[in-house]
Amino acid sequence: MTRSNGHHVATDNELHRDPGIEVHAHAPAKVAPGKDDQRTVFEKGAPGRRAFVCPALDVPARDGLLPDRFRRSEPARLPELSEPEIVRHYVNLSKRNFDLDSGFYPLGSCTMKHNPRLHERAAALPGHARLHPFQRPEHAQGALELMWRLERSLGEIAGLPHVSLQPSAGSHGELAGVLLTRAYHEDRGETRTKVLTPEAAHGTNPATVTMAGYDVVKVGTNPDGGVDLDDLREKADESVACLMLTNPNTLGIFDPNIEEIARIVHDVGAILYYDGANLNAVMGWARPGDMGFDIVHFNLHKTFTQPHGGGGPGSGPIAVSDRMEPYLMVPRVVRREDGGFDLVEDAPKSIGRLRGFQGNYGTFVRAYAYIRSLGAEGLKDASTVAVLNANYLLARLREQGVADRLPLAYGKLCMHEFVLSGAPMKRELQIKTLDLAKRLLDFGFHPPTVYFPLIVDEALLVEPTETETRETLDAFAEAIAEILREAESDPDVARTAPHTTPVRRLDEAAAAKKPVLRQSF
Amino acid sequence: MSRYTAATDHDRREMLAAIGVASIEELFDAQIPAAVRLGRELELPAGLPEQDVFEHLRELAGRNTSAEDEISFLGGGMYDHYVPALIDMLMERSEFLTPYTPYQPEVSQGGLQVMFEYQTAISELTGLPVANASVYEGPSALAAAGWLARQANGRARFVISAGCHPHAIETLRTTAHGYGAEVVEVPLRDGVTDPGEWAAAIDAETSAVFFQNPNFLGAVEDAEALAAAAKDSPAVVVGSYDPVALGILRPPGECGVDIAVGEGQPLGNRLDFGGPSFGYFAATEAYLRKMPGRIAGETRDVDGRRGFVLTLQTREQHIRREKATSNICTAQALNALGGVVYLTWLGRRGLVELGELLLQRTAYARERLTALDGVEALHEQPVIREFALRLDAPVERVIARCQDAGVNPGLALPDRGLLVALTERRTRAHIDRLADVLGAAVAEEREAAGTAPPGVAEPAGAAGGGRAA
Repeated sequence: MTRSNGHHVATDNELHRDPGIEVHAHAPAKVAPGKDDQRTVFEKGAPGRRAFVCPALDVPARDGLLPDRFRRSEPARLPELSEPEIVRHYVNLSKRNFDLDSGFYPLGSCTMKHNPRLHERAAALPGHARLHPFQRPEHAQGALELMWRLERSLGEIAGLPHVSLQPSAGSHGELAGVLLTRAYHEDRGETRTKVLTPEAAHGTNPATVTMAGYDVVKVGTNPDGGVDLDDLREKADESVACLMLTNPNTLGIFDPNIEEIARIVHDVGAILYYDGANLNAVMGWARPGDMGFDIVHFNLHKTFTQPHGGGGPGSGPIAVSDRMEPYLMVPRVVRREDGGFDLVEDAPKSIGRLRGFQGNYGTFVRAYAYIRSLGAEGLKDASTVAVLNANYLLARLREQGVADRLPLAYGKLCMHEFVLSGAPMKRELQIKTLDLAKRLLDFGFHPPTVYFPLIVDEALLVEPTETETRETLDAFAEAIAEILREAESDPDVARTAPHTTPVRRLDEAAAAKKPVLRQSF
Repeated sequence: MSRYTAATDHDRREMLAAIGVASIEELFDAQIPAAVRLGRELELPAGLPEQDVFEHLRELAGRNTSAEDEISFLGGGMYDHYVPALIDMLMERSEFLTPYTPYQPEVSQGGLQVMFEYQTAISELTGLPVANASVYEGPSALAAAGWLARQANGRARFVISAGCHPHAIETLRTTAHGYGAEVVEVPLRDGVTDPGEWAAAIDAETSAVFFQNPNFLGAVEDAEALAAAAKDSPAVVVGSYDPVALGILRPPGECGVDIAVGEGQPLGNRLDFGGPSFGYFAATEAYLRKMPGRIAGETRDVDGRRGFVLTLQTREQHIRREKATSNICTAQALNALGGVVYLTWLGRRGLVELGELLLQRTAYARERLTALDGVEALHEQPVIREFALRLDAPVERVIARCQDAGVNPGLALPDRGLLVALTERRTRAHIDRLADVLGAAVAEEREAAGTAPPGVAEPAGAAGGGRAA
């Protein structure tokens, strides 16, 4: 069938599987449209179908309201489907996703903890969900109070009193923090040009530094997995604006020299920035502010369990010390003397705005609900169990005898996550970390983060989180051991994995070489 | 033990034994130096049962006046469109709500195909060949285009129309200061970007030019003329568009725009007091490899099946680090899903019908309101879904009076301006009600001003967030 707009649409009677694909011996040649359907929404439907019925025109119709030269000549070629077709298309697509609600997702550095449904229900209340961001503050007192209380809570957790909820993601919070650093130095009449980042840092750190107009200088790692103090001392001078650090770092190691690091950085007048990606390890146990950090960004989508949404939305509030406070973004939420709440933009030293409106308010509702649900004790216990689970999984892997093939890259214990090196496995069993990851998919597990941090060869970064049961951790450790055993006799099983997923290994090189980034008509 | 963790005391003992430490304390003592340990409990309220937390959040929600509680004509970048029920259903599905970025494409085909479909829809809407999988939101999308331009041509001067959203202008200023670029603002004349000043501001050192269409005052800009003015400069032409208006507006790709960005909220996303929503970002082929954010691409698996992957990742931070095109990585996948489902729900004809309906109702509202005593049009330009008025009365007080009568007439602008926006949810009856309420409020304020001592202006400092400037 050919559409009026010229592109071919497969009908439901046509074969939806590509020819030439190996299928099960008893699989019928034609299947019901559904799970195996590989058409996009633009290849479905038919001219004239619709889901939307436009409200009737209830005002006198007028001509010439929009001059022809400003008008679109042809409608955008959007799909034409009935509502049932749309539902079926997207529900079937959803079934081609692995998700946290159905299985273990130990993606290191991403803190894939359970997302309580309470949060979704609360955020969907019309008083939150249909509140316009330009509503006048006297008509948004509940929202402003929620933001104010969330700010106080985050400030207490971080040990830094002043909070802006505005940034939309961790990387956005980083940009805010580094721009605050710039404003601080400029206000003191100083021109500094460099920002230090450890070589194990998240890639967003150096990218952010460049966007904020600074040069990146890498700091090395010592044999214990912490910051190389000699290297830091050598590089820390008056040209350095700040050091960006994650603690515990991306190796899952809490830097025991943190006080000395803070002293070295502060002695040259630089700012100490805390990337809060790993805050889930230390809530209630230690606070970045007490470690000497001046700025912290939170990842509400990690530590405070915003659903990850298949890649967003996130939320990256920052907390800062007194000396950084004048530079915080506007608007700020303030509590007036009469107890009411307001938004103020009057802050002459502020760096300004980093986005529209007040930030990702929907994520604030969820994070606030989480903090109120757990309270001080529950938050501390979340970090406790996160660390317990990570160490237990590590111990279980050792018990399973996989440590020779997948040794812990640094240290003996870990905080909330740990890094294994797949280098011996690759050498002795001829399977790479990537193969192990792909084979895990056949076992029903989402693999850990792979090939990060870059300083570990064939890295696997494992973060189980506190919301997983001991039984799940046992099963995961056994799956890893099983894959290694299997590879001893037949490494090809892993090397050609996955075998049971909706598609198998995809040609990423071809995708990048000749990019096809939209449906062609 | 909280309700989200499973480790019982028994579990904990056995787990500690497996680890080989005697206690939880020992596990932390071995790793965190005593000097930086928090020697007390966090000063936060005790945890609450689920039902108590819900009641608390319901109580807070009840102290907001949402679009559920009043007839609202607020706009200025976010709009109270109807969100169809199927979007709620799909966005709440575990399979879309709870995965992370599709790092493992074999088990992420659903999310990746949604991105591919979304990119296609945005490309169709904007008339530009490539779109990414979303950025954070509207104003920062515009700023991201500035950073792209800076990297593409090395120039450090931005020219931006005062018709852009004030938050977008401020965001561009904040980020541009970081990398040392200058921002020059071109004023409006008769409600649209002053063509003479615009042309005069663009020179050989201009990195990018930015306009918004329809602009912040609702006026339709002559995009083609604005883009043409930059033709002889190296400047990247950036247009920020209301995606709903693009149902009937000539697409930026046909007007000489290099990069189209905008706030995606009108497409099937809730107001949520400002977020999360999504920003869209589309460009000509020339800028593909400089784009920020994730991009999904089509490919084949080892068996020849069609499939989708994240592609062109050499732009991104995890590979390129400080040389990445942007620090934006994961953005707004779930909200972009809402966007593409909304566009599919509207469909090819529905998006046009929606645009035409808004055009007609907005014209009707503009006519009704400008006929009121003490109310005049701030400009006479063509508008689609939003228009600006000037009141002969203190605008904050007029708004307060209208809200007391259950109608939010719109957003206060400087100099007694009022920005009135419509969606398909605002019927003729609502517009008539607005006319009655606004007319009465203006009359009352004028009357009050007649008896008040001269020189008494509207109260200062009211409603910082409710004001655009």
